[in-house]
Amino acid sequence: MRTATGSKLLGVLIGLAVAGVLIGLYVNKLTLDAGSPAYTVPVTTQGGHKVVDLQIETVAAVGPQFSPAHPDYVSYLVRDAQGAWLRRTVWRLPANATVHVTIYNFDSASGLRNPLYARPQGIDGNSFTLDGKPTDVIDPNDTSHTFAVPAYGLVVPLSGIPDSAKHPCGYAPCALSLDHRTITFTFHTGKQGHFRWQCFVPCAAGWIDGFGGPMQTIGYMDGFLDVV
Amino acid sequence: MWSSPGRKVVTAWIVLSVIATPLVAAFLGPAFPPGNGSTQGTEQVFDNTVLTTTITPVVCLLLVFFAYVLTQHRHRGGALVDGPPLRDDPQVRVWWIVLTSATVLFLAGFGTYELLQNGSGGGQGPSPIAVPGGHKIPVQVIAQQWQFTYRYPTYGGLETPQLVLPADSYIELHVTSLDAIHSFWAYELGVKADANPGVDNVTFVQTKGPETFHVRCAELCGLWHGYMFNNGRVVPMAQFTAWVKAQQRNFAPVAQYLPKYSTTYFPDPQRRAG
Repeated sequence: MRTATGSKLLGVLIGLAVAGVLIGLYVNKLTLDAGSPAYTVPVTTQGGHKVVDLQIETVAAVGPQFSPAHPDYVSYLVRDAQGAWLRRTVWRLPANATVHVTIYNFDSASGLRNPLYARPQGIDGNSFTLDGKPTDVIDPNDTSHTFAVPAYGLVVPLSGIPDSAKHPCGYAPCALSLDHRTITFTFHTGKQGHFRWQCFVPCAAGWIDGFGGPMQTIGYMDGFLDVV
Repeated sequence: MWSSPGRKVVTAWIVLSVIATPLVAAFLGPAFPPGNGSTQGTEQVFDNTVLTTTITPVVCLLLVFFAYVLTQHRHRGGALVDGPPLRDDPQVRVWWIVLTSATVLFLAGFGTYELLQNGSGGGQGPSPIAVPGGHKIPVQVIAQQWQFTYRYPTYGGLETPQLVLPADSYIELHVTSLDAIHSFWAYELGVKADANPGVDNVTFVQTKGPETFHVRCAELCGLWHGYMFNNGRVVPMAQFTAWVKAQQRNFAPVAQYLPKYSTTYFPDPQRRAG
């Protein structure tokens, strides 16, 4: 009797422990796989140092080609080595590398909730080029999005196209012949890790205070730098 | 007065409590969180030690009674029959009421006294009751999805994404939010205060020596809540002053765009938001 009860109790405890471990592993996998599949950015080597050229664009509406379920979501896209745009927001980068970033922004301004993010941080010289012009701050009200990697202390504000733009992009992918702003900057990856990036502008049209939908869904305005 | 099993239970309880209570107070208590990173942290360790020491006899009674029931009242096969009828014992009843009432009243009084001392590192709302005397350096904590930023009103309204505090100083923290509900939790400092939009939640902390502490959001606030953390630093005053000057230079380009310092902020509605 006692042996049977003890065995049952032991079985329950082992079952609970196994279930706990499995749930933990599942949650961990969900976290690491969020936004997958990752896009591996091509790497070149200059003087023995790894260098990456990352080209991305921000669009007001991702369109049915990239997101049939949510064609009106605002989104980031990444450009692959063949020049095609992909809706991938997990980017695999090498550790301890220099990353040259070019962002083509086709969206108009929404404005920053916190003007502090109008000041670029965490990039070379704390300065970027906006349409070729060196820039160390922009008007917070002209901000369309930000590219921010908080773990790196990295924030870059993206100026929007004017509301009066004559050739705005409707749905992604957006051709460079349409109205856009070009932002370039350089930052450096450090040790290996899984670092989230996000937009600090509440830019989700149609959601309360702009915070829902694509702002709360990995794969549009949020993602990871998978540094390996 | 009591039956023989009752005396055995009480005796076992007293013996176990006499052994366990001082052990808890002497060894377990000092290891309690949040540690000694600030005066409030040290007081919280003391509070946790007192509370845990107080409940140790209660836990001992439960364990002893649990063990007694498991060993003496097991069903060992055969037909299930009713146990002996329950009898009221006025003395047991009186002792039970006296001891439990004394324990609860002591805990309520002790907790209230400790809270009124200096707030115990908790948010006290816009009109704090427990305000420590002496000079205090105000620092504002601004939460937003998904990062904390910090303003220093006595240094020209400087705002930075890093929290650096001078050592051996009283800090008056004003916690607010620009969007959703967050919670500012500086673990090693023993500070935890809700960050609500439109609310100035005031809390106080007295720093000690230089250290690094963790800052986390303790209120589920959206997609990146789990990533809303960073480190803060307590540094010597001279180092703090130098850091402030460096930050003022770094953020000078954006200073013109920052709103005038205020206890709360109400950013304009977004042009495209719903």
